[in-house]
Amino acid sequence: MGSIFSLQQILNGLQLGSIYALIALGYTLVYGIVRLINFAHGDFFMIGAYAAYGSFYMFNALVAGRSGTLAFLVLLAAMIGGASIAYLTNKFAYKPLRYKPKLSSLITAIGVSMFIEYFFSALPAIGPSYRSFPDILVRKEIRLGNAVISNLVIIDLAVAAILMVGLTLLVRKTTLGKAMRAVSQDKDAARLMGIDIEKVISFTFMVGGAFAGAAGLLAGMTYPRIFPYMGILPGLKAFIAAVLGGIGNIPGAMLGAYIMGIAETFASAYNSLIGEGIAFAILILVLLIRPRGLLAEKIADKI
Amino acid sequence: MKKVLFVMAPVVLVAASYAQDIKIGGIGPVTGEAATFGISTKNGMTMAVDEWNAKGGIFGGRKAKLIFEDDKGDPSEGAIVWNKLIQQDNVVAIVGTVMSKVSLVGAPISQAAGIPMISPTSTNEKVTLVGDYIFRACFIDPFQGTVGANFAFNDLKARSAAAIFDLGNDYTKGLAENFKKQFEKLGGKVVAFEGHPTGTTDFKAQLTKILQGKPDVIYIPDYYNDVGLIAKQARELGFKGPLVGGDGWDSPELVKIGGTAVENGFFTNHYSSEDKRAIVQAFVKKYKAKFGAEPDALAALGYDAMYIMLDAIKRAGSTKGAAIRDALKATDINVVSGRIKFDENRNPIKSAVIIEIKNGKQVYRTTVNP
Amino acid sequence: MNVRKLPRFLIAVVLFYIVVEVLYRTEILNGYLLHIINLSLIYVILATSLNLINGITGQFSLGHMGFAGVGAYVSGSLTTLILKLSVTNPASMLPFLLSIIAGGVVAAFVGFLIGFPSLRLKGDYLAIVTLGFGEIIRTIFNNIDAVGGPRGLLGIPKFSNFTVILVAAFLTVVIIRNLIESSHGRAMLSIRENELAAELVCVNTTRYKVMASTFGAFFAGIAGGLLAHLIQLAHPTQFGFIKSVEVLIMIYAGGVGSLTGSILAAFGLTFLSEGLRLGIRALADATGLPIGGEWRMVVYALLLIFIMLFRNEGLMGMRESRIIKNVEVD
Repeated sequence: MGSIFSLQQILNGLQLGSIYALIALGYTLVYGIVRLINFAHGDFFMIGAYAAYGSFYMFNALVAGRSGTLAFLVLLAAMIGGASIAYLTNKFAYKPLRYKPKLSSLITAIGVSMFIEYFFSALPAIGPSYRSFPDILVRKEIRLGNAVISNLVIIDLAVAAILMVGLTLLVRKTTLGKAMRAVSQDKDAARLMGIDIEKVISFTFMVGGAFAGAAGLLAGMTYPRIFPYMGILPGLKAFIAAVLGGIGNIPGAMLGAYIMGIAETFASAYNSLIGEGIAFAILILVLLIRPRGLLAEKIADKI
Repeated sequence: MKKVLFVMAPVVLVAASYAQDIKIGGIGPVTGEAATFGISTKNGMTMAVDEWNAKGGIFGGRKAKLIFEDDKGDPSEGAIVWNKLIQQDNVVAIVGTVMSKVSLVGAPISQAAGIPMISPTSTNEKVTLVGDYIFRACFIDPFQGTVGANFAFNDLKARSAAAIFDLGNDYTKGLAENFKKQFEKLGGKVVAFEGHPTGTTDFKAQLTKILQGKPDVIYIPDYYNDVGLIAKQARELGFKGPLVGGDGWDSPELVKIGGTAVENGFFTNHYSSEDKRAIVQAFVKKYKAKFGAEPDALAALGYDAMYIMLDAIKRAGSTKGAAIRDALKATDINVVSGRIKFDENRNPIKSAVIIEIKNGKQVYRTTVNP
Repeated sequence: MNVRKLPRFLIAVVLFYIVVEVLYRTEILNGYLLHIINLSLIYVILATSLNLINGITGQFSLGHMGFAGVGAYVSGSLTTLILKLSVTNPASMLPFLLSIIAGGVVAAFVGFLIGFPSLRLKGDYLAIVTLGFGEIIRTIFNNIDAVGGPRGLLGIPKFSNFTVILVAAFLTVVIIRNLIESSHGRAMLSIRENELAAELVCVNTTRYKVMASTFGAFFAGIAGGLLAHLIQLAHPTQFGFIKSVEVLIMIYAGGVGSLTGSILAAFGLTFLSEGLRLGIRALADATGLPIGGEWRMVVYALLLIFIMLFRNEGLMGMRESRIIKNVEVD
């Protein structure tokens, strides 16, 4: 079955993985800092796609013809859209429950997710219908032997790579990044050091939301169809990717996402039935062998 | 006892004055992932009811009152709304619902209560087999798959074909299976038969595999939202041949999502919006004016199903279940999707048309009789 | 066990049975409301059994409906495909009940199997693995053509009625309550409170976690079987992640660890979702606003968020009603 592992399938998998990676990073950032599975994260992704959709029609006339500028503006809008909803969700739904049992936040997160989806679907201006996502950039295809590479594959990979490098720099080199790491390691100690924890948490949510928003734009461009429930499945898959890599761990989320993307592609190519369940099967296997995910450090339980 | 009667009297009077309206239950998923299909269906039903009421009602000056309930596309929820409409609202008939899995839960409830039901879009053969009160307005799965295979083999002269379908959706799986059966019976070769998970947006793994078999034609019996993406990704991977599908393609969004990728695409449908019949033209025009969008197949079938039901109630001249059922059986009416008569299994006997996508427009290609 | 106090809950359930039956026979209660009550009772079984795993033992599970799916498919296949039972034949009742129990037993076995690998995992990791198992179970149903594949298992006879469902719900609550109040239950609670400490005082945590998972899965399987024989269909989409979340919401809205809370929430949320149908319609009629059924779930989600924000320990917290409680705990 050499055909499964063709260059084409690897490219397909990397493209899918890039989108998963951007969503997975948001899960991992938020989890790392507040230990909360943010179930509404897939919906931030959806809102990013809608923000991109709306801003395209707003800016299209303004920058007529210059598709590069337009793409940049739309990316900005998608990231702002994702960041705003993340900010609001944190402020109104998660912050009041910060020092309450963790699982009540989890149920609230599910409630927020349901609310966003149903609200968008009920809102007459948006509605439940599928909308076609406009072509922001002209599609081009390059033939490479047996494989076809479209410019979208390159854009998806590049945008994901740039954002991931940016995030790594942010977390490692800036003061804010240091604060994020401090809060994720020990909230109380961080507070004693004079770090405004709530501000750092809020910022982390916004970064995660912005990444999900960017993923929304990329998904919209690559799979040009958006609707209010579009975040559920990618959200779930990206979450699994984050757990796979070791939730709370940034390189882990990226690794997990690319493994997921490629594994899903190969499995679907091998047998469509296996493709459907592969994400979950891999996850269970990995967690049984390495319960804390691929890249997680070993930490002893606190007593 | 007298006291009770005294108290009851005004209630009965009030009830009598409202009894003028004939209550019809409508069911469809207006929340959840199938919401877009439910909304179209609901729009179609509402339009049919409004039209009949504007004409002066169903019979004896009595108007129809549509009570529409959401089933979320969920069988458990379906059982609830069927019970509610029949037991609580006392509807005389039910038009619904979109998904076969939900209609299959509702049908036994309708049958047991003797409340006639017509499903606009549930294509699973088993739905109407539940009993003599259950009808449908759409094709059944085997018909479209067979027509699609005949068309691909005879008209498009395809000798090898591939199919891609939704693993979690009985409609698309049913069509794909019947396509495969018929295409192979005709002597063609099905080089790939690939399912995809529900809700996915990336079909490249399956398509890359399909294209390695070099099929002449790809059969894609999905809904328009998926078809647009599949077509685009198939073209991106270099497929130039024709694409064939079913009535799930019928939506103005198909060309918007799929762009030029759906050119050289053909699908089986109930009617063509180019059809010059007055009822079709009036329907398309009125729908656009009322809802600001072009009708899709679900809107047309929702409209037709309601229209057929109201017509039957009128001919029955009664709101009794058995009378409406008998009238439904005797249906012979021209609606948007053609002239409808029911066969012994209460499925409509109607011809299919093949529509071609040409320059972003739906163009009538040919009519196929069952 | 304090036998003297046992009848309180029994009396309450018998009273409930008589009231519902009388109201239904006199046609004050219509078939629709009876259906909602039946559904609520099935949710009572699902919620209390999940509470055993999740609330009592503290093992966060997101795949509970997967077990219900196993029960539904096993019992449905038995009654429909293998035994071909008919509702009109009174002799069918016993094989039906046995089929339901068989569904529960197979579900319990799956729960037992899943219990083992899950032992190494905690908290969110466990949540995601149970979610994965639930989805894999759903995918399997989706791809077995013998039980209908994506079409679902059709034509299941309608055996479930109010009496059967109420008895099943009653037994479930009683058995789970007795389990919780036994020394086994105390051991499970100790795992939730502090697993390490529990181990240190020689609680066999492995055994109790597997036990909770097996028992919980058994009752979920029973509930799934009853549901399939109520709505006459078993379909893969009914047992996915989103459905598991619905049950999860019930135990959190009711109060984690409180059976009373689970029972109240199972009824409350099922009736709330129906009440909103009427509420939204009344609001639309009164105000003339163009709001339809699509807003129902928006309100439902908002109410859920408010419950969690303003009463985050759930309706009952960890308390138990005196009616349910068997022994008084100091």
